[in-house]
Amino acid sequence: MLLTITTTRPPATDLGFLLHKHPDRVQSFGVSAGTAHVFYPEASADRCTAALLLEVDPVALVRGPGEGITNYVNDRPYAASSLFAVALKDVFRTALTGRCEALPALAATAIPLEIRVPALRCTGGAELAGRVFGPLGWTVSAAAVPLEPASWGDSAYVDLRLTGVVRLADALNHLYVLLPVLDDAKHYWVSTDEVDKLVRAGAGWLAGHPEKGLISSRYLAHRRQLTTAALARLAEADDIDPADLDNAVPEEEASADEAPSPDETSPDETSPDEAPTAGEAELAPAEPERALPLAGLRRAAVLGVLRESGARSVGDFGCGDGALTAALVREATFARVVATDVSARALQQTARRLRLDRMPEASRARLELFQSSLTYRDDRLGGLDAAVLMEVIEHVDPDRVGALERAVFGFAAPGTVVVTTPNREHNAEYGMPEGALRHRDHRFEWDRAEFRDWATRVAGAHGYAVRFAGVGAESAAGAPTQLAVFTRLERPGAAA
Amino acid sequence: MTAGGVTRELGIPELSLVVLVGVSGAGKSTFARAHFKPTEVISSDFCRGVVADDENDQSASADAFDVLHYIAGKRLAAGRLTVVDATNVQPEARAPLVQLAREHDVLPVAIVFDLPASVCVTRNAARPDRDFGSHVIRRQRSQLRASLRNLSREGFRAVHVLRSEAEVASAVITRTRLYNDLRHESGPFDVIGDVHGCRAELESLLASLGYVLSADPAGRPVHAAHPAGRRAVFLGDLVDRGPDTPGVLRLVMGMVAAGTALCVAGNHEDKLLRALRGRNVTVSHGLAESLSQLSAEPESFRAAVIEFLDGLVSHYVLDGGLLVVAHAGLSQRLQGRASGRVRSFCLYGQTTGETDEFGLPVRYPWAEDYRGRAMVLYGHTPVPAAEWVNNTMCLDTGCVFGGSLTALRYPERAVASVPAGRVYYEPARPFAVAAAAAVAAAAPAAPAAVVARREPDVLDIRDVTGPRVIETGYVPRVSIREANAAAALEVMSRFAIDPRWLLYLPPTMSPVATADHDGLLEHPDEAFSAYRADGVRQVVCEEKHMGSRAVVLVCRAPADAVSRFGVPGGGAVWTRTGRPFFGGALMAALLDRTRDAVAAAGLFDELGSPWLLLDAELMPWSAKAGQLLRDQYAAVGAAARAALPAAVSALATAAARGLDVAALADRTRGRLANADAFGAAYQRYCWPVAGLDGVRLAPFAVLASEGAAHAGRPHAWHLSVAARLASADPELFAPTRHVFADTADAASCAAATAWWRELTEAGGEGMVVKPADGLARGQQGIVQPGLKVRGREYLRIIYGPDYTDAANLARLRSRAVGRKRSLALREYALGLEALDRVARGEPLWRVHECVFGVLALESEPVDPRL
Repeated sequence: MLLTITTTRPPATDLGFLLHKHPDRVQSFGVSAGTAHVFYPEASADRCTAALLLEVDPVALVRGPGEGITNYVNDRPYAASSLFAVALKDVFRTALTGRCEALPALAATAIPLEIRVPALRCTGGAELAGRVFGPLGWTVSAAAVPLEPASWGDSAYVDLRLTGVVRLADALNHLYVLLPVLDDAKHYWVSTDEVDKLVRAGAGWLAGHPEKGLISSRYLAHRRQLTTAALARLAEADDIDPADLDNAVPEEEASADEAPSPDETSPDETSPDEAPTAGEAELAPAEPERALPLAGLRRAAVLGVLRESGARSVGDFGCGDGALTAALVREATFARVVATDVSARALQQTARRLRLDRMPEASRARLELFQSSLTYRDDRLGGLDAAVLMEVIEHVDPDRVGALERAVFGFAAPGTVVVTTPNREHNAEYGMPEGALRHRDHRFEWDRAEFRDWATRVAGAHGYAVRFAGVGAESAAGAPTQLAVFTRLERPGAAA
Repeated sequence: MTAGGVTRELGIPELSLVVLVGVSGAGKSTFARAHFKPTEVISSDFCRGVVADDENDQSASADAFDVLHYIAGKRLAAGRLTVVDATNVQPEARAPLVQLAREHDVLPVAIVFDLPASVCVTRNAARPDRDFGSHVIRRQRSQLRASLRNLSREGFRAVHVLRSEAEVASAVITRTRLYNDLRHESGPFDVIGDVHGCRAELESLLASLGYVLSADPAGRPVHAAHPAGRRAVFLGDLVDRGPDTPGVLRLVMGMVAAGTALCVAGNHEDKLLRALRGRNVTVSHGLAESLSQLSAEPESFRAAVIEFLDGLVSHYVLDGGLLVVAHAGLSQRLQGRASGRVRSFCLYGQTTGETDEFGLPVRYPWAEDYRGRAMVLYGHTPVPAAEWVNNTMCLDTGCVFGGSLTALRYPERAVASVPAGRVYYEPARPFAVAAAAAVAAAAPAAPAAVVARREPDVLDIRDVTGPRVIETGYVPRVSIREANAAAALEVMSRFAIDPRWLLYLPPTMSPVATADHDGLLEHPDEAFSAYRADGVRQVVCEEKHMGSRAVVLVCRAPADAVSRFGVPGGGAVWTRTGRPFFGGALMAALLDRTRDAVAAAGLFDELGSPWLLLDAELMPWSAKAGQLLRDQYAAVGAAARAALPAAVSALATAAARGLDVAALADRTRGRLANADAFGAAYQRYCWPVAGLDGVRLAPFAVLASEGAAHAGRPHAWHLSVAARLASADPELFAPTRHVFADTADAASCAAATAWWRELTEAGGEGMVVKPADGLARGQQGIVQPGLKVRGREYLRIIYGPDYTDAANLARLRSRAVGRKRSLALREYALGLEALDRVARGEPLWRVHECVFGVLALESEPVDPRL
């Protein structure tokens, strides 16, 4: 991976003083990822270019102590990333601080600079490079690099060129912080404390940056992103991105007390309690549900139904990140709460949200949290007064919904079943294109008629009565969320 | 033995809870030691010691008895005779033990030590740890005396009282087999469903099964025997409703008496017996017919009937425990046990306590939960046609209602039936005679090729989760760790196809040991030497197609799919982790083409199977892995081609200035060349497809067909089948190029190596070397089913563009293949076991257990580059 920095301010070779690297020498430095070389392809009074070339050792990268999923086939040897940022800091440590004993005035002066990063992964589109570097005084050119074969279109990489009149130390700090931001890869490759340093380097200019929210959240979102290892191996066995397999719940935002960053970089997010659940994590395209407190309305509607049913024992089947579970545990009338999910990550998040290890004994005794699957019969789910499938059924393949029906309505057979699911007709209200689904993992979304047909058939087949309601603002297209309440009928001859 | 030489024989059922009753010092523990295994005896003293460090600490008694009851419960649940050594002189001490026996459906037996108080007082005085006074002994003894006459009423099925030291000394325990225990009878049997007085149909069914009937002087059949010694087993409900209950009884009673038949009781026999004994019963459900027909018989016949009915046992366990027969079926937990609950289940079945719209009890579908090892055959509830449900089958096909009379031949598992002459009795609930039953009835003696199965559409989570050990015929015990099962549960539940299709998942495959020459990481020599060491001489080298693994289940017709697998649709195509291949329409099109080719090649007929399971590779790689290719492989290529030329150019400029960057420039140019080679490598396996256009399927093994797993067939056969498919539809099916080699012949190995070089230099992924005979066993069990030898250029996709640099290669050679080998073998064994279970017609949960196990093992940590 390569970075070149050029100045045309005569005498241009003063760049060597600012960088603390002599223009006529070729220097090499051992850094954690491999070897960094600094040399000057050009060094005249009019124009001087310094090049930083990082030779990554691809074998050591995989075999090193790094955690998480590693792969011999990766872009780290070629593209600028957090790994490169760390090397940049190691090699130009003093220059980054802006200290230059030889030419202190020059170090404090904005000078004309041209910077080129020929391979930078720019997640979110080339224009994002303009959005993050532009406000800092740079003229930005980001040309997309094509994939091979060419019929596959452009890659996510750009050939980045920045021109501007900027103090050199500021320029280096911009690169140090923003190259990994644009790359937006999970920071498998660098240690956690390095990530913390990256964040701190923004002090002084990040606070006023219009993209401050994006910049800080991209760091924090990926700090601890470790896909469950066993699942990752299954993904790998089947040529799938692990993230596509381990997507039952959205990635966790780092909570405020974990973030090491100064105030100005703390996530400008809702509290964890209001974090979106699986249903709305990837709402496309304008995240409409984020704007409405739909998740909260939905929970309130479900809780209302449960209270009204008089249920004492309640199941939260497919509990996701545990937002509903937490609400159920808060209400002492629910003497027994059975929360299940098939995703190990969801169970972890629920346990963390509920602070399971610190829960008072009386509450803890009311809660059972374990892995289960709604396409298998599980006797542990039997005998409940009520059960909730909140934004769950649309995550099941259509030809497996029959198994879910049998497992839930046939075998578990709670007295009351509450099912919520998106109303597809409402998607147009969010400006979503025809046929788009609200979440990548949704296998289908029903319109109101489809939901009614399904629910009515299931109720009839398993001896339930069913009624319907909507959650959220009603429009001609109905409410955004549809809700069905199934009530088990006493069958003729059944023992009272 | 005693001085007098008289022994006192105490009969104890083999599976029972033996409660010793006697005062302290009566000699219970000594007696227990003499007559039972130490592990069979649980004493309250021992339990007191366990919980309180003091066997005589009476304050610990409550906890001690908790422990005692817990241990006894575990033993009884496991079917082990258990002896409780405590005083048990008070009814409140015995009641929980009787209750425990009932909970586990075993018989409670009491052995009472009714010895003179003086004997016990003397014995206790001799024991320093027993410091309680003689008043305690006297109190216990009076409690015991008061109990004696109540023991039977308390529920003890046998009570043995020993009244003197001499009697105690002369006692001998005899363990008796339960009436239902006929495990020593191994058949062959013909198990016959509910007859209900349909004598004519019974006679013709027996005749069609090969039995020779004989008649009494009046011409009435009174006996039947099979020349090959087969025996009939009647599932009860011989009587009521039908035209000739006495005739049926006469024949069956004759057969049972002569030992050519066994018979269990049905609910109708139970009620008829009570009616014949003059009890007050409601005469309904066809009882009136029996009573009126029997009233025409002589008193002696009625007496014989009463005796016969009275002697009927409610169920039998046969053939070493592999076969259970009971009128209404029997869940696994109750098999071979004896209690009121067992009898009630056998006679009436389990009901939910509800009734349906016809006023009939709603039956609990116990068979759908059934997980037992024994096949269970039963009747009681008329079904349109006999079908397998979890290794159970209901053989009541409603003969008296105009259906048919059905038998299952055991161990052949073949169904035979004869149609009813007419409707003899109108059922309370409408009875549908299925087309299948009618067809079967048309050819009574010919067993249907494929007996229908009804698999529950929902399997039990306990079939797959938790730590498990799966017995296979190849690796004795394959362990699945709980965490891996949890990962598999997530993937199976969220992404996999219906388990009724998912008969198999392919095992992972190990590469050869690492080569150390020719700049290669993998070389054919290592494969040949590995098999040579395993004693395998003939191997086949098969071209390794680079695409995505696809398992294809194709059915001849949708009806075959419904009948065999219980799922609509003509089959399925799935990936290594059980995900459906392509969307619905494309998968259907692929299946249609496959079906046509299989039919055109004549394979359905040749294999005598309406379905086929194929192991294949689907190409191009980009068809399924397009996203991964774009996001990872092509992306890396793009980054390299953007960065490296810029770096090469910067270095050239610097060199022109006279800077010494020669070595760095050389390395960078080398990296650029490697990156180009990498780009070429992945692009070989990508080409555009539109629908099925451009898609190629390379089958390389026929995994299974009805009744057969084909792992034992030589690869030449599998490859010939693949070749026939390729000639039937050359556009879709790709043949698999291959050569055979002799691992002991250097020239042969060299020729195969040259073939591999040519293949890989032309861009091929590599080859897989397999024992030519298919499944091979060596000194240490089964050998690797295949070893992959991948080409130099292909491995750039695995180890990265620069892996061929000498320094990198040297480090990569330290890879260890041991774990991968072990994993490959365990997954292979599970896969074969799954196919064997399919071939044996075992229930779905047994198949799914293995398939799920393969997925769970796939999540074990192993270097994924291997």
